[in-house]
Amino acid sequence: MTGVIEIGLGQVAATLVLVAVAAAVAAWERTQLEGDIGIAVARSFVQLTAIGYVIKAIFASDSTLWVVLLLAVMVVFGALTARGRARRVPHAFWALLIALAVAATATLTVVLLLGVFPAEARYLVPVGGMVIGNAMTAAAVALNRLGDEVHDAAARIEATLALGATATQAIAPIVRRSLRSGMIPLIDSTKTIGLIFFPGTMVGMLLAGAAPVDAVRLQLILLYVLLGAVAIAALVAVALSRRRFFTSDHQLSEIVTLQE
Amino acid sequence: MNSRQANSERQRHERAAAGQTAVPFELLHVTAKRGARVVLEDLSAVLLDGATGIVGPSGVGKSTLLRLLNRLADPTSGVIRYCGRDLREHEVLSLRRDVGLVAQLPALLEGTVAENVIYGARLAQRDADVVATLRLAGLDPAFASRPADALSVGEQQRVMLARALALRPSVLLLDEPTSALDEATTAAIELTLRDLRERLGLSFVLVTHDRAQADRLADRMLALERGALRDADPAAARLR
Repeated sequence: MTGVIEIGLGQVAATLVLVAVAAAVAAWERTQLEGDIGIAVARSFVQLTAIGYVIKAIFASDSTLWVVLLLAVMVVFGALTARGRARRVPHAFWALLIALAVAATATLTVVLLLGVFPAEARYLVPVGGMVIGNAMTAAAVALNRLGDEVHDAAARIEATLALGATATQAIAPIVRRSLRSGMIPLIDSTKTIGLIFFPGTMVGMLLAGAAPVDAVRLQLILLYVLLGAVAIAALVAVALSRRRFFTSDHQLSEIVTLQE
Repeated sequence: MNSRQANSERQRHERAAAGQTAVPFELLHVTAKRGARVVLEDLSAVLLDGATGIVGPSGVGKSTLLRLLNRLADPTSGVIRYCGRDLREHEVLSLRRDVGLVAQLPALLEGTVAENVIYGARLAQRDADVVATLRLAGLDPAFASRPADALSVGEQQRVMLARALALRPSVLLLDEPTSALDEATTAAIELTLRDLRERLGLSFVLVTHDRAQADRLADRMLALERGALRDADPAAARLR
């Protein structure tokens, strides 16, 4: 990796021209999205600038403790955000918090033990952020599907329980479909990568002046790490949540049956 | 006593001789709630071996009662005994295999009819004779390889029945078994149920809003009204 590019605020401001185009299209077609576009631009500027300074401070301190703290904050915010997608799953926050923490810890530990990256803030913070972000999306999608399907298929689950199936057996097809929903988007984008779109890390490295082969290799490492993280997060979130729909006597809980 | 009743009476004696109790269910001061709503209140009754019909209007708690007997739900207070023991003392999974429940609407698993029929038996690590079980439920064995979701409601209801029969239960709980069916299919299902009683000596608890159906299928009839079970057939007063 060689070469560093400097970006000034003027360059960022110049790209607002394209935001103005988006807002003009929105207004012209009366999509009523102009407000949302404004909020999105303002929030992205404030949030990214703030995190930029936080990362700068952490890089400067080069303290592992601060890195861990930052990643822990990301896990908590990730779980809070994903909970919004999993409203029909009881106590989803805790399942998501544990799922994201396990996914981040497991994948970063493996990467460090294999010597892929050194244990330095400049590697751990961006990779950890990507891992937690992707794990959050996968766990949220999986729990969203799990909650919806359990409520929609309550009669079928009860009919299966009535045959003497355990709660785990009765919910198994739904668990399978939920895990697939959580993992398929990343698997699909991994399949088409380089053909249909160039991923962000690779683009960033190329823009920063890295050799294309290095950019590709780093991108591959990240993709494989993310696949692992996404699988772990979806699995842990679904495994912890599925029991919440049942009593210890293999009965569907009232949270579900009352909504029939 | 006609020949059908005599036959089922004989089978009941045989089961009693084999150590099976003649009183499957006793309900003692059973109260059940759904959320904050009291569905059944202080219900006490005995559901004898044989065929018991429970009649009552929609929403009176008939389905809730069957869910309690299969332990898909538990009463808020009171005790239900099965074969003399508190339901909660029975191992719940074996209890559900012994007290089969056929839901009001078909709710089959994805897959073929055969896969649905052997599903429960396989959970109990037992073999199921798919052809014989389908015949018992009044279905042609040619249905075995068909996808369950491609069948008519009446056919699916028969697969639900076959699936419960594959568990070789002692009691079948039938929740409005023909409510979604036309007259001809209803008559055919009723014929199958009568045939099952004669051939297998199964006990039934049948809940229905159709008093005439309970009359045709049951030895005795109880009416569930405002959370209480009353004897609906004075000639056969069995209510405690």
